[in-house]
Amino acid sequence: MRNFAYHRPRSLSDAIDAASVAGADILAGGTTMVDLMKIGVREPDTLVDITGLSDLEGYDIGTDRIRFGALARMAKVGDDDALKSAAPVLTESLWKAASPQLRHAARLGGNIVQRTRCPYFRDTAFVQCNKRAPGSGCAALDGGETNLHAILGGSKACVAMYPGDWAQALIAFDAKVMTQGPGGKRTIPFGDLHVLPGDTPDVETILEPGEIVTAITVPVVPALKASHYLKARDRESYAFASASAAVGIEMDGDTVRDARIALGGVASVPWRAREAEESLKGGPLTEETAREAGRIAFAGAQPLEGSAYKIRLGADVVAGALMTAKSRVKGAK
Amino acid sequence: MTNKTAHPKAGLSRRGFLGTTGAFGTALGIGTDKAAAQQSGPDVAAGDQPKITLNVNGQRRTLTVEPRTTLVEALRDTLGLTGTKIGCNQGQCGACTVLLDDRPVNSCLTLALSVDGAEVVTVEGLADPAGKLHPMQQAFAEHDAFQCGYCTPGQILSAIACIDEGHASDAAEIREYMSGNLCRCGAYPNIVAAVETVRDSKEG
Repeated sequence: MRNFAYHRPRSLSDAIDAASVAGADILAGGTTMVDLMKIGVREPDTLVDITGLSDLEGYDIGTDRIRFGALARMAKVGDDDALKSAAPVLTESLWKAASPQLRHAARLGGNIVQRTRCPYFRDTAFVQCNKRAPGSGCAALDGGETNLHAILGGSKACVAMYPGDWAQALIAFDAKVMTQGPGGKRTIPFGDLHVLPGDTPDVETILEPGEIVTAITVPVVPALKASHYLKARDRESYAFASASAAVGIEMDGDTVRDARIALGGVASVPWRAREAEESLKGGPLTEETAREAGRIAFAGAQPLEGSAYKIRLGADVVAGALMTAKSRVKGAK
Repeated sequence: MTNKTAHPKAGLSRRGFLGTTGAFGTALGIGTDKAAAQQSGPDVAAGDQPKITLNVNGQRRTLTVEPRTTLVEALRDTLGLTGTKIGCNQGQCGACTVLLDDRPVNSCLTLALSVDGAEVVTVEGLADPAGKLHPMQQAFAEHDAFQCGYCTPGQILSAIACIDEGHASDAAEIREYMSGNLCRCGAYPNIVAAVETVRDSKEG
């Protein structure tokens, strides 16, 4: 690992100042940053260790909204029974991620901006990576293996897949991201945080230099209580999603009043499936309509040779997740 | 299980290494630009060799690290505690698992400087001073829960945390909450049995 300067701010404003300097990177849990530094993908001049900002560690499960401090640990939040009861999809998408060791170190603010697991991005021996080295090409698209890559939201420059789980629950339920940076404070709708790769896959979020995520909030709606995160992967545990779905359902008798669907393991960014949601609203939720919603969710998919399997798998995961969410609707048979 | 969040001792240790020896005082002056000098909190330049303090297996240890020194490197190379192993060095296998302020973590992904002041438990800290094995170590031995033994220290520490956190209610939950520790020898069934034995003995 290339050596670096280390700074541990005692205040948020100090952290923002330090993180705004060119060549500075933020260190929180370190489960992405230290990993990438070891393999030479990130080489900051200075690490700004924000883990001393204990004010950002709390979280609160309110009746109107749930608020998570950006430095809350995945393990602690994922183990919270009150959260599991109020918002199963938020809990499930936390404990199904990573491993216990990683969850004990990792913080929520870092989790949402985790980097892709694309093997070409992660291995500097591959010269072609537009995300790591803009303009150098894409080893995946240039005759490489594409089994782990995005079938939604990719571009000619990059098909790297966003691998996170919790972000799917957040985007499905209209979460907001609170930040503070050199320009002051702002609130970002979760769906606006990540940007499609387009021609500039090296830019993954709209965060400015020095802008630090301080909190994530989720509005409480009925569909949050009847929610589920289903994750299909090669192993039972401790693997990234081959395809996953964060869903929630609100029923009015036998009619769907609200449906939330987001897709993991298949897209370049956290992926809200709005057309699939609309297909369910105002009608019944049956195995048939659930399968149709799954099909619609993947209607715009652009399969690569290696990742075409994700279309069928992803649609089935959506359908399965919806039926589980339905069983959690209050008064469900 | 204690629930430490910020490290209350970290500030003390840093004030200690900042204020006392003149040598460190001048070292911090090297390489800092005007913006850095205006910040509160200490700066460590890339070439510095700061001292940190860790409570390792109940003993206060002071050691010199580089910014890029990981906790597993500090434990093995500086403190000579080679019970903690490096497997993948990327946080993917769990061989490097230690308890850090009571939490099981991958010490290969932890920068030593960032955990100044923390409490660390390694496999060497499990047996009592007389050499009597920790119940989990005893159970691993009795259940033949290893072959080559390389993943075993990490497995044992994860297993202790698994029970302490209340995640050992059945075999499926044990497997889930031990999934961060890979065993290429395939000793998993015996590992699960060892965890169940310790769990049952605590309840009995």
